[in-house]
Amino acid sequence: MESLIELKDIVKTYKVGSVEVHALRGVNLTIQPNEYISIMGPSGSGKSTLMNIIGCLDTPTSGRYELEDVPVHEMDDNQLAEIRNRKIGFVFQTFNLLPRANALHNVELPLIYSGIHATRRKALAEAAIEKVGLSDRKSHKPSELSGGQRQRVAIARALVNNPSLILADEPTGNLDSATGDEIMQVFKDLHAAGNTVVLITHEKEIAEQANRIVYIRDGNIADDVRI
Amino acid sequence: MTPFLIKLWENIKIAIRALVQSKMRTVLTTIGIIIGVLTVVSVASIIEGLNRGFANQIANLGSNALYVQKYPWASMEDFSKFRNRPNVILKEADFIRERMRLAEAVSPSTGTRQDIRSRGKTLNGISVNGVTNNYDVVTGLVIEEGRFFSFAEIERDKNNVVIGWEIKENLFENRNVLGEKIKIGTTNYTVIGVTEKRGNFLGQSLDAEVYVPLGTVFKNFGWHRSISIAVKVTDATRVDEARDELRFLMRLARKLKPTDEDNFSINQQDVLMDMYNKLTGGLYTAAIGIGTLSLLVGGIGIMNIMLVSVTERRKEIGIRMALGAKRKVITFQFIVESIIICGVGGVIAIILSYLVSIIISKITPFPSAVPAWSVFMGLGFSALIGLFFGIYPASKAARLNPIECLRYE
Repeated sequence: MESLIELKDIVKTYKVGSVEVHALRGVNLTIQPNEYISIMGPSGSGKSTLMNIIGCLDTPTSGRYELEDVPVHEMDDNQLAEIRNRKIGFVFQTFNLLPRANALHNVELPLIYSGIHATRRKALAEAAIEKVGLSDRKSHKPSELSGGQRQRVAIARALVNNPSLILADEPTGNLDSATGDEIMQVFKDLHAAGNTVVLITHEKEIAEQANRIVYIRDGNIADDVRI
Repeated sequence: MTPFLIKLWENIKIAIRALVQSKMRTVLTTIGIIIGVLTVVSVASIIEGLNRGFANQIANLGSNALYVQKYPWASMEDFSKFRNRPNVILKEADFIRERMRLAEAVSPSTGTRQDIRSRGKTLNGISVNGVTNNYDVVTGLVIEEGRFFSFAEIERDKNNVVIGWEIKENLFENRNVLGEKIKIGTTNYTVIGVTEKRGNFLGQSLDAEVYVPLGTVFKNFGWHRSISIAVKVTDATRVDEARDELRFLMRLARKLKPTDEDNFSINQQDVLMDMYNKLTGGLYTAAIGIGTLSLLVGGIGIMNIMLVSVTERRKEIGIRMALGAKRKVITFQFIVESIIICGVGGVIAIILSYLVSIIISKITPFPSAVPAWSVFMGLGFSALIGLFFGIYPASKAARLNPIECLRYE
């Protein structure tokens, strides 16, 4: 089987004023389907930039990025939006739910942007909420949910479009350790169910729950360990 | 439903939800638009009402009617100049009637103001028109009750009277009036007819008038007065020709030399319409301009609010983009919000402008009507304003970088 993600010589350079910042200096990374992989590194290492590129929120300055053999690095904004919508499920540290919409509507959002009919959309969103065990909370707004429940809603939203890849950026960063463990169990279950999970974190204990850890330092891959 | 329609509909729902969530802001913004559209539509209504009233009024004069009178209806010259002209007299009317080829009817008339009394009630300063038997045909006067004068009544200067609808209301209420006596000045007249209701024009009732045989005005109120000779032209397309003929006949009747100026005026409706348009055209343009200005202010209000809204909702925009909303979808969402604000404002404004129009015609002498074109103009304008002033904030929203938006707290 072909690899899911193929990054070749990814370089990302920002200009801050007149100073050039080299966030990524030629990253090579291949991720296979159904891997559970952590990307680890201290802040400023370039792991967020890497996540943004993998998540198609950003494009590399140079290098090749193929997602399921499709060259993503040469796509325009609209095509990237479509890739994000269909192939990537985001889970953020701060949950990033729409505060005034209820849980169900939050989960429905990606389906709205893929133009799926309301009846089918509702059914899919309810199924996703069921998967994270929040069926009884689906009409609550984020402010009426606990941190762990909010992150579960966010995970349901990430799952609802049946993406090729779940991309989680410090998913336990805003949670207490008990709740964090619960969320990590959800990711473990998702991986067991056949999903590819990419975890971005700076915490060793979290990173070690994956099957593979990629260490980023100064814009390069410092180490790539399979557990 | 196609995916496109689903997205369109969802976007409208998203926009409505966003507007409902910030009610106060939506209401305030809408008020700006309401005031703008209301001003434009109300100004248009007043103008339309005035125009319509004026047009109706002069339509009564008849487009194919010419009036020979001592004074012109509209003149840029000093009116004292016309004071020394000889009065237009009955003999001249007869002269025209006998000779004019293009005249279908010739109707002399004159007027005075008198007090009218009946059964102890008095109406002061009522317009008394001395007319002949074809006056109703020439001027389009319609009789509701009874009849107009016969040829014989005019010939014999009978003391009969046709009264306006309002005179009947005031003197007799609902009682039968035909055959009743009323006193005009010092003479008793018998009521033989009542005219149909004609309404108001510029605060002056057209129904508070009475009509009597021409001769009785001379007999009862004095001989020294100028008359007006209404000439109905046989063919509306030959009015100019008829005007020339009429002028020739009047000069002939008065034995004017070729070098003499006309010492009479031939008036027609066009003259009045021209004068009216000249007087009011500039005023209307200015009024519409002011209205449009207030609409513009409302539009700038919209833009301002939408810009604030875009900045405040950066996080939301980032989330939507991360989940797959294309830039044009974000643009569309914000434009739809702006158009909805303006559209709703426009509808409310038009409803209000109907009320304003009713109030105006109740408390001022000006008639007022909301013309259909102003409704469409108001709605179209407000939607356009929404679109125009929504485009910039919306495109600003769409140009945002999703990564920075997601970082924003």
